[in-house]
Amino acid sequence: MSDHTLANPELAAFEVHGMTRGSFILRGALAAGAVYGVGAVTPFVSQALAETGGGDAEILNFALTLEYLEADFYQVKGKQVGLSGQAKAYATQFGMEEADHVTALAATIKELGGTPVAKPKFVFPATDEKSFLALASVLENTGVGAYNAAAPMLQSKKVLAAAGGIVQIEARHAAAINLLIGKSPTPDQGFDRPIEKTKVLAAVKPLIKA
Amino acid sequence: MSSPPSEQSEQPVPQPAGIVERLVRDDSDRKKFLKMAGAAAGTSFGAFVLAACGSSSKSSSSSSATGTAATASTSTSSSKEMGDLAIVNYALTLEYLETEFYAKVVASGLFNGKVGSLIKDFGRQEQTHVEALKGTAEKLGGTPAAKPEGKFPIQSASQVAQLAYTVENLGASAYLGQAASIQSPEVLAAALAIHTVEARHAATLGTLVKKPVTPNGAFAKPADMPTVLAAVKPFLA
Repeated sequence: MSDHTLANPELAAFEVHGMTRGSFILRGALAAGAVYGVGAVTPFVSQALAETGGGDAEILNFALTLEYLEADFYQVKGKQVGLSGQAKAYATQFGMEEADHVTALAATIKELGGTPVAKPKFVFPATDEKSFLALASVLENTGVGAYNAAAPMLQSKKVLAAAGGIVQIEARHAAAINLLIGKSPTPDQGFDRPIEKTKVLAAVKPLIKA
Repeated sequence: MSSPPSEQSEQPVPQPAGIVERLVRDDSDRKKFLKMAGAAAGTSFGAFVLAACGSSSKSSSSSSATGTAATASTSTSSSKEMGDLAIVNYALTLEYLETEFYAKVVASGLFNGKVGSLIKDFGRQEQTHVEALKGTAEKLGGTPAAKPEGKFPIQSASQVAQLAYTVENLGASAYLGQAASIQSPEVLAAALAIHTVEARHAATLGTLVKKPVTPNGAFAKPADMPTVLAAVKPFLA
């Protein structure tokens, strides 16, 4: 489809920023250099430039990093902070679900012939339940936007369906956490905004130690 | 992969794939369904059946004669675009029903305060989905599905909240069920942006009725068109 404008203004925001798939991956990979170090990013770049094969695995590796982060946040930081009541229940449940996403994504990346990225070390600026839940809200809502932005670039329909099954869970988590802290469960109203990879990486960069 | 229509023996319990077949055979059901499928009924119905059967065969050439859709762009549109249009009109039908449901719930006055304003928000958001999908159907060169006539049991706050939870979970699974079939990246991006909002609604209602926020665990389950259409049938007047 050559025409990238849509009849409805609300939907105009959902085009893929006029970027080609290749340039998206390359930009993402270069931005990832800031996070992983230039040495680590070299394979990303060559993968991005590869004609076929690397694309979906590369996108899923980006998702995998976010899932590592979320799983670690709930399962490690959640315990350190000392949560109670509904916050504790959500952290336990959501942590397990994020861990399931990690397992599924790593397996899918291998199936696609890729290598799952290693789990980075994280640092979370949360000291109590309140700051923990505030950060949980940011992570979950960012996760939704990240998946929604990346999904249309997936080549495999099977992988797309799997990613859809995961992002729906991120959205459910996001709504539940938002409600718990008195925020709107639908912060973008009727349409969840996609968040492009560079913005997602900028948002999570302070949380990645190495 | 579902079976082709007709040629199947009657079954006491309708299989998900059997709903479309039954809609084809049963005249009153068919009329209802055609009403749902809108002004370009013949076109939509054919495309619905095709999509519901998971077929991508090019049998849409004769269907473009119906309704207002016989423009140059439509008659030359590919089966891919027909598929997206059918999916958009399917989603539009569901969004119409959700919008009407919330309007009736708001009018019932069963909810006020914080929950009441959430319900109003959700209703407004469903209405924006309707507008967006109508625009998308037109953008695809098609005729948006007509608004169906809904009927919803509105008895008590808890019953309505429970029904809303069911409806939103169904909506989320319906979008998820179509994601991999959408051809246009723009339509896909729009569907994804709506899909996660349906999920947010479902989760919110889950907290209200003390039901799971993630009823399928870590991986949301998709629902195919026949399953969803069978589930919404009781809500069609």
